[in-house]
Formats: sequence, C-alpha cells, structure tokens
Amino acid sequence: MTLRAEAHTPAATEVRRFGPVQKWVHRTTAALMGVCVVTAAFLYVPQFAELVGRRELVVRVHECAGLALPVPVLVGLVSRHFRADLGHLNRFGPHDKTWLLAVVSRDKRRSSRPAAKFNAGQKIYASWIAGATLVMLGTGLIMWFTHLTSIVWRTSATFVHDWLALTIGIVIAGHIGMAIGDPEARSGLRTGKVSREWAKREHPLWRP
Amino acid sequence: MNPEQPEEPGKPAPPTQRGTPVGRRVLLGTIGLGALGVVTAPTLQRALEGFLGAAAGKDPTGLTGLLPNGGGFRYYSVTTSVPHKDASNYRLTVGGLVDRPKTYSLDDLRALPQTRLVKDVQCVTGWRVPDTPFEGVRLSDLLDAAGVRSGAGAVHFTCFDGAYTESLTLDQARRSDVLVALRMQDKEIGHAHGGPVRLYVAPMYFYKSAKWLSGITVTEHVERGYWEHRGYDVDAWVGKSNGRDDDPTS
Repeated sequence: MTLRAEAHTPAATEVRRFGPVQKWVHRTTAALMGVCVVTAAFLYVPQFAELVGRRELVVRVHECAGLALPVPVLVGLVSRHFRADLGHLNRFGPHDKTWLLAVVSRDKRRSSRPAAKFNAGQKIYASWIAGATLVMLGTGLIMWFTHLTSIVWRTSATFVHDWLALTIGIVIAGHIGMAIGDPEARSGLRTGKVSREWAKREHPLWRP
Repeated sequence: MNPEQPEEPGKPAPPTQRGTPVGRRVLLGTIGLGALGVVTAPTLQRALEGFLGAAAGKDPTGLTGLLPNGGGFRYYSVTTSVPHKDASNYRLTVGGLVDRPKTYSLDDLRALPQTRLVKDVQCVTGWRVPDTPFEGVRLSDLLDAAGVRSGAGAVHFTCFDGAYTESLTLDQARRSDVLVALRMQDKEIGHAHGGPVRLYVAPMYFYKSAKWLSGITVTEHVERGYWEHRGYDVDAWVGKSNGRDDDPTS
C-alpha cells in the first residue's frame, strides 16, 4: 500500500522505526484489506458490478480475504518487537490527551502535539480498525454461513456489515491520505528507518 | 523498553505510569457497538429506510442510491460480460415437449397481446423496490401457442449470457402473473436490467426473473437453475422460501 517516496538517502542520522515483522504485518494486512475493499466495490457499487460480473467468484475472493485479514497480526505476535509496538499503541499517557485536545481545538503547533512512538491519532486508528475488522469478520461469517442463524440475525448482520463497510472505506481513505501527506512516514514503513530529525519533529517523546 | 515514558529511562515503569489501556477500550468498545448495532438493526433499519427513501426522492445526484438501503435495483451478473442484443438480432426460441416449436423476434413478441403488472420486486438478498411496472407477453400465451404435449411438467429457461438458467413447474409457468417482459418501469428493458427481454415471475424472489431470456424449453421435470444449484430454493415464493419472511409480492 505504500507509495513510492522521494529518493531516500541513507545517513548516519537514521533511526530504526520498524523491524521486518512490523513491515510484513503492515504490508500483508494492507494487501488483504485492499482485496476486501476492491471486491466489496465490485459486489456493491452497481457500475463496478456491471463491469466485472462473475458474482460467485468475487464473493469467494472477498470471503477468503476477509477470513485471512486477522492472520498477519496473529502471526506477528511471535515477534517481541511487534508485541512491544502493540503495547505502545494500547497505552495512552498524559501527552496523548494533550495531542487529542490540540486536534479538537485545531491547534496545529508542533509543541501542542506531543507524541511518543505513535501519536494519539495513530493509536485510536489502530484500535478502531482492529475492532471494526473483527465486527466485519463476525457479521460476514453470519452472512456467509446462512444456515447458522435465523433470517432476522442475518438481515441485522447485513445491515451492520454494509454501514460499517462504508465507514471503514472512509476511514481507510483518511489513513491513506495521511500517508500520502507524509513521505517519510511511508518510507519508515518501507525501509524500517526514519531520519533522526523527522523522529524528533513528529515524535518528540519517542526514544528509539 | 518503554519509550512511552521516556522520563524514567532504564527503570521498568510501574503499572500506573505505563499509561491507560485506551487502545484496548477503543477496540472492545468498537466490538460492543458492532454487537449493539446487530441487536438494534431491525429498528435502525426501519428508521433509515424511511429517511433514505424520502431523501432519495429529492436527490438529483443519485448518490443516495449507493448508500445501504438507499433503494433502487442492483446489478447482478454471473458471467464476465454479456453480449448486447436488440431488435435486429434478438431471438427467443420455444421448444422441448411442444407440438409447434417456434422462434420469435422482438417484433413478433411486440405484436402479441401485452399485459402490464405493477407490483413490488423483492430480491432474496433483502432489497425491495416498490410498485415496479412490468409489461410483456404472458408466458401461458406462448406455451399455448406452442402446444404443450401431455407428459410435460416443467419449463426450463436459458439466457444469452450463456450461463444463467431457471425453471418453473408447468402450473407456475401458466400463472397469469408470469410474463416474458419487454418493458420495465414503462421503458424498454435496458441491457443492465436484462433487456431486451427478460422473464418476470411476480410472486417469486427476483432471481427467478431471469435476465437476457433467450430460450424456453418445456421439460418433463424441473431442472434446477443457476442459483438453485448453489443452494437457493426452487419454489421461490416471496415470504415462503429461502428462510425469509418478506411480504408477498403477488
């Protein structure tokens, strides 16, 4: 999902942000999510459905990609570094409150946006998308295995699946938009390294 | 090890200093909201359908049609691409256990007595389009013209997309609300809606109303159609099949 950034010059002033496991988890999750979103568009948006057809095949691909979506994170748990990052994403300190308040009051000064390895926005995004993915998985399974539940539950699951899909689409577009706006953050996920200057500017409380 | 609290390097931070597990709360909260959404969906859906239905009527952009429950038809095709046919090359053949097999052109069908029905369309996936006019030739007229032989018990339909098939029992096929439709919503049926000619089986879920109809074959027994091989009910009465309880459409 990462886009090509400007030529990246390795320098002694670089710091390590992500290891191979984090990079792999992000890449495979992004690819699977991409497949889910694209096949969902083929199933859902009439113009795309008309273009692609082959409904049964598209449904099968969507189901398989959705089922596999949590797997990269589960596999990543074997890595100590990945587990440590999940810990950083989970825990909120006083500086995260400051960061969120600055967002609410549209305060764009760097000094009002303190962040450690991840800023509060990234933390909330990660937790929300993880929860939303599990809701999509649950409702998706109810829609997939129609004999498991009654029609009322299936219709209800479809309702939540549809609306949450729309919400996830918008949120992911925001996530990609943020990444497009920050080439060095993207190169951090691609190469695993970022410049010390960027780290100090964007994540002043982070001690790599 | 814990860069969240850089003030105390080297020391393992006590639990209170590790920060609040807000991430976990957001995750569990999202799952909880999802579950609550499923439980309250029937109520929410009714309210939204009312609201979106009203909004769609006043929406010139058509964007509300893309929202879930936004109303309108959805395009489903089981093949990659479907050839386009018009009055110059469209043909409908009637054959099988009949005395007089026949091939109709679009103009032949237009010359026959037409019946107009206005009923709801109900898809087995949940969407419903109210009061949709369909107009065309009664299937029973075509069957009578062909002369169904004794021993026949069912009618099989094939489509020029090359893949879709459907079936009805002879009794179902002879109902007065089963049409070989040439017009839908008071317009000629466009390609996306299965034009120029599609089947219209008013009392059944819409997968029975095969698009791009090209062949009618009278058979001894019911042969399962495309979706019926994949688990859908053969007798697809709206509200009495496929585990659904929608209001009947005809």
